[in-house]
Amino acid sequence: MTHALLPVLPEAVLLAAACTVLLLDLFLPPSRRHWSFWLTQATLLACAAITVATAELQPLHAFGGLVVDDMLSDFLKLLSCVAVSTMLFYSRGYLAVRGLFRGEVLVLTMLALLGMMVMISAASFLTLYLGLELLALCLYSMVAMHRTSNAASEAAMKYFVLGALASGMLLYGMSMVYGATGSLDIHRIARVIHAGQGNGTVLLFGLVFVVSGIAFKLGAVPYHMWVPDVYHGAPTAVTLLIGTAPKLAAFALTLRLLGVALAGLEFDWQGMLIVLSLLSMVLGNVTAIAQTNIKRMLAYSTIANMGFMLLGFLAANLAGYSAAMFYVVAYVLTSLASFGVVMLLAREGFEADRIEDFRGLNQRSPWWAFIMLLVMFSLAGVPPTLGFYAKFAVIEAAVGAGFIWLAVAAVLASLVGAFYYLRVVKVMYFEDAVDTTPIVARGDNRALLSANGLALLLFGILPQPLMGLCVVALAQSGFL
Amino acid sequence: MSFPTFLFYAFAAILVFAALRVVTTRNPVHAALWLVLAFFTAAAHWLMLRAEFLAIALVLVYVGAVMVLFLFVVMMLDVNFDSLRAQFRNYVPVAATVGVLVLVEMALVLLGSYLKPGSAALPAPAAGGNTRALGLLLYTDYVYAFEIAAVVLLVAIIAAIALTHRRRRETRYQDPGKQVKVRAKDRLRVLGMPAEKRDG
Repeated sequence: MTHALLPVLPEAVLLAAACTVLLLDLFLPPSRRHWSFWLTQATLLACAAITVATAELQPLHAFGGLVVDDMLSDFLKLLSCVAVSTMLFYSRGYLAVRGLFRGEVLVLTMLALLGMMVMISAASFLTLYLGLELLALCLYSMVAMHRTSNAASEAAMKYFVLGALASGMLLYGMSMVYGATGSLDIHRIARVIHAGQGNGTVLLFGLVFVVSGIAFKLGAVPYHMWVPDVYHGAPTAVTLLIGTAPKLAAFALTLRLLGVALAGLEFDWQGMLIVLSLLSMVLGNVTAIAQTNIKRMLAYSTIANMGFMLLGFLAANLAGYSAAMFYVVAYVLTSLASFGVVMLLAREGFEADRIEDFRGLNQRSPWWAFIMLLVMFSLAGVPPTLGFYAKFAVIEAAVGAGFIWLAVAAVLASLVGAFYYLRVVKVMYFEDAVDTTPIVARGDNRALLSANGLALLLFGILPQPLMGLCVVALAQSGFL
Repeated sequence: MSFPTFLFYAFAAILVFAALRVVTTRNPVHAALWLVLAFFTAAAHWLMLRAEFLAIALVLVYVGAVMVLFLFVVMMLDVNFDSLRAQFRNYVPVAATVGVLVLVEMALVLLGSYLKPGSAALPAPAAGGNTRALGLLLYTDYVYAFEIAAVVLLVAIIAAIALTHRRRRETRYQDPGKQVKVRAKDRLRVLGMPAEKRDG
């Protein structure tokens, strides 16, 4: 019995701790709120430790095939825990100043992480969908949490309505695939499709809806409309959460749905992903040029980055999947640091979310200007930062799969993208500071943000260990 | 035509008609009532497929709970639905074009290969009834998914309370703890005064 529960032990611990924090927080006076915070952090650490300790080389199925514990899920779960923990450290001060540092935010963050973990280790449409809904519900409500802000309410409403529509599409697609193959288990569906059984027309219809649902969740063009509004309107702490760990879970969702269950329809979804990827890269990068708000600019940058991720994914082989996975990990690391710096500069009544707020940052603090420089270089793909190698890997995978024209388009799109990333660098280094308020932050926040920024440089110089880990994790999980 | 086939077509006709009335009727209360009828006929279809648990759940949950709640909201909110619908006519041409196009495209693809009459036989009903079989599955094979669904509901509760509950400053409320702790001498002061005498 204990053995059967081992694959879901991190989830069980997380759920128990979330319920504990929920109850404990009711009885804590506001001055003791940091108890909830540290309990949450301890839980995340415990989840990460359990994930590592129970990691196995061979995939382990549990609950009659609803859950799979393989190296891929262990790796992504570990990264999600780290990303959520970092997000909480970065946003603690920001939330406290705005009166949002409440127990519910911590509990919803933990339950969102639970949703991500369920999604990451799902081996059935049922668990994939339930994890996705759990994650999405937590995010919708967290966007709306800042009630005095009209922008946040509007963003939450848009996110909720479009997200519900996307979930409906995904569910509709899943039901068609179920109808055609008679199974919800992703491995059994793959076997049925491989054997040539199942109604081909219904499968193809299901595939179209599934790809649309995935594109909505990733924010790929033409399903991207919610991304800028939500990134802009949500409190920066919530934007940080939306922009980081869920991308790892969305990658796992894409991989399990397209890479495993519907792998037999590879040639059909490759065509769809080419369109999504190309449109996202071009439209994301071109529209970002016109933005004056840095959160909005980073939202369009997310759209473009998801296009790059799909570029690696559509190669549909081990090299492509691992390049896409490396890209997502690199993007999450960079995104954490970028919104981390935005929150570092924010203070009471001041969001620091316009590009002009970064004017002369070098004069105010050379160190944080340098960290932001690393972030922007990484997003633009300038060597020797992490973003360079990530872009290189996905383009190499696309060329390897024979999509040379698409790779050329990707290079051109990233050239366009370099313009607006470097504009932020120009504003920081070559313009005079208007606002000379000193930058204050807690010690743990400073240390973590510095480490995060330097990691972009370190992994950029030495990408091989991380890349090797991605390849091994995927190869051990059956993607050969 | 056998009697079950006749019943199927009769219920299907009522269902489609009720569903159409939901979207065409002007009065939102009527629309909700038509939706109740649509749910009932859908439940009848399920009964004919021997899925009695699903049929009863549909009536209990959707008709008994969701629609009643919906009617309450419609009646209490006093939304002016005519003003909401003012824009409706402007969008009809675009919406109708897109809708018809999608329908034609799907029909073109599906009609060729999917219109063959299926010969799927109804699976034999489970021993001890659907409810028992579903319950057994739900709490054994699918217990993990069941628990996650429970967490989704928990999130809905937390989110609803966190988003709507607030302590307003102008609200006056009683604190029973303080009320109990009150002692008479905090509130009542007995003054020693000489008795006044009425003049003359």
